[in-house]
Amino acid sequence: MKGNSRIGAENGVGKMESAPSRHADNTAADDPATEGQTPFSRPLFPPQSAVRNRIDRLGELFISAVAFVVIAIIFLIFIYVAREAAPLAWRTIDGISIWSPLQTPYTWQPVGGVPKFNILPLIVGTLKVTLIAMLLATPLALAAALYTAEFAPPSLREWIKPAVEVLAGIPSVVIGFFVLIVLASWLQDAFGFQFRLNALSAGIGLAFAVIPLIYTVSEDALTSVPKLYREASLALGASKPQTAVRVVLPAASPGIFAALVLGFGRAIGETMIVLLASGNASMLSLSPFVPVRTLSATIASELGEVVFGGGHYRVLFLIGVVLFLITSLLNWIGARYNRRLRQRLSGAA
Amino acid sequence: MRRMVDRTFVAMTLAATLVILAMIAIILGNVVIHGRDRLSWEFLTAAPEQGMMAGGIFPAIYGTVLLVFLMSIVAVPFGVLVAIYFAEYARAESRLYRWTRMAVNNLAGVPSIVFGLFGLGFFIQTIGHGIDQVLYPGYLVYGQPSVLWAAMTMAVLTLPVVIITVEETMRAVPQEYREASLALGATRLQTILRVILPQAWSGVMTGAILAISRGAGEVAPVLFTGAAYFLPQLPTRANEQFMHLGYHIYAMSTQSPDVEATKPILYSTVFVLLVLTFLLNLTAILIRNRMRRWTTR
Repeated sequence: MKGNSRIGAENGVGKMESAPSRHADNTAADDPATEGQTPFSRPLFPPQSAVRNRIDRLGELFISAVAFVVIAIIFLIFIYVAREAAPLAWRTIDGISIWSPLQTPYTWQPVGGVPKFNILPLIVGTLKVTLIAMLLATPLALAAALYTAEFAPPSLREWIKPAVEVLAGIPSVVIGFFVLIVLASWLQDAFGFQFRLNALSAGIGLAFAVIPLIYTVSEDALTSVPKLYREASLALGASKPQTAVRVVLPAASPGIFAALVLGFGRAIGETMIVLLASGNASMLSLSPFVPVRTLSATIASELGEVVFGGGHYRVLFLIGVVLFLITSLLNWIGARYNRRLRQRLSGAA
Repeated sequence: MRRMVDRTFVAMTLAATLVILAMIAIILGNVVIHGRDRLSWEFLTAAPEQGMMAGGIFPAIYGTVLLVFLMSIVAVPFGVLVAIYFAEYARAESRLYRWTRMAVNNLAGVPSIVFGLFGLGFFIQTIGHGIDQVLYPGYLVYGQPSVLWAAMTMAVLTLPVVIITVEETMRAVPQEYREASLALGATRLQTILRVILPQAWSGVMTGAILAISRGAGEVAPVLFTGAAYFLPQLPTRANEQFMHLGYHIYAMSTQSPDVEATKPILYSTVFVLLVLTFLLNLTAILIRNRMRRWTTR
């Protein structure tokens, strides 16, 4: 029983009630989990005072209450962002309705004689920048994760991981600043771009933000593959790189997929980097060399100037809802595949 | 032949690793080289002058510290309480636990700009306006962007960091410790306060530091909830706006009338922000490594 609960706790499924924790008079907080009691479910020494038990119960009540309030606020986040956008669904405000983001012409032009609110250019811009970032970040981060997990000498490994974590710790506004002030000029000098700030420069900036995430998650996935797999493969005569690519990588594949999905989610929502490095002009184009405007950057650059409760204000919250839903979906998929990896490896090992 | 293919492959992965490390070195190196010139005691302690072209950044440092301080006194205690609930009281098999836990995990991945929207819609428009209507009818006191609401927004943003880190360390405390404490007649609450929490203290520290470093570096959530480009005076009350290092960098690099003239100051501001977040993260990593060594011993 004790042994089981220990293992359970490590897997994140155990908790207290399998432990001998209930007092004889502890009826208020009683729950079904206390069924199947062991001889140890009562303290060997009876509690000496009723006051102490009351404090214990109040403590549990207080902690649970606080936890529920906090969790309620977490759920409120979506509700409040959606609430500000919701009136668009049933009435037209300042000529904007929930369909405006889908109506022609395909332009996003919130200021001007006839404001236009079609989010297609923003979505194309977001996907374009995200795709560029993923194309740059994925090979680099995966190869580095492979090197760290499979090939690096242990002494070096202990240095590489924290070093990449340093990149994760650089605030995104600093990365955006670096691209805006330094890197964009280097790129323009090297390739002669017509626009100094464009989808490519923003994508490179985003890659800086995504690399540590993909690296960390996939490195964790690779190291979680049991040593047994490697030993079996090496014993069959495979070389270390062959083992890494043909055995370890496929075994860790759900985790690698999770890393890519989470990286994608991070890139879609990242704001400050694209705000500084993308040129911030909404053009409907597939070229990576023209300025773009993303969903997140649109919120960031326009919300400060809109009328509270107006149509423009609500459209920006609608974009927030879209971002929230997309990233939540990606996070959920990522978490699912990470769990699948753990199940697969624990089932096989 | 096979050996050559193998060697090339390892060399390529090594090259990718070096590229990443080189990128980090270039960013940090660039900021350090250009940021050093302007850095002085005066820069850190003086207010900006002549439209950010001279003077220092003290108000921005002060505002960031104030924001992070207000944020942590909310995020850390509440985060720890939720973590205690998750690790010690909630039943892990229950649907309630799985759903709430998933919501917390998801929150950690929601774009920070969405938190900015939430802060504006919830704290300023709903809570702030509500307070004004009840306590100060006809006046705008709390229903406007301020350091208080920015800190609350940031607290919601950093809450998952605290919860996840602390819960993880509390779960790492061996079950035997709980059993031993309970067997001696201690109540659950006593066990949590006297046995589990002291054991998980490094987790609380790590969570707090990670939250602070995130709070110091994030800009998107404070864009509309309280950060200001320039303020003549330091904020003295919770309902005043504040200057923020990250926002200062954003504003200086996009809204400055003369980017070249403000560049040295801009670089030094970035330098200060980097040193700040770097030191915080380093502390968190060191505590975590020591903790890991301690638990695997």
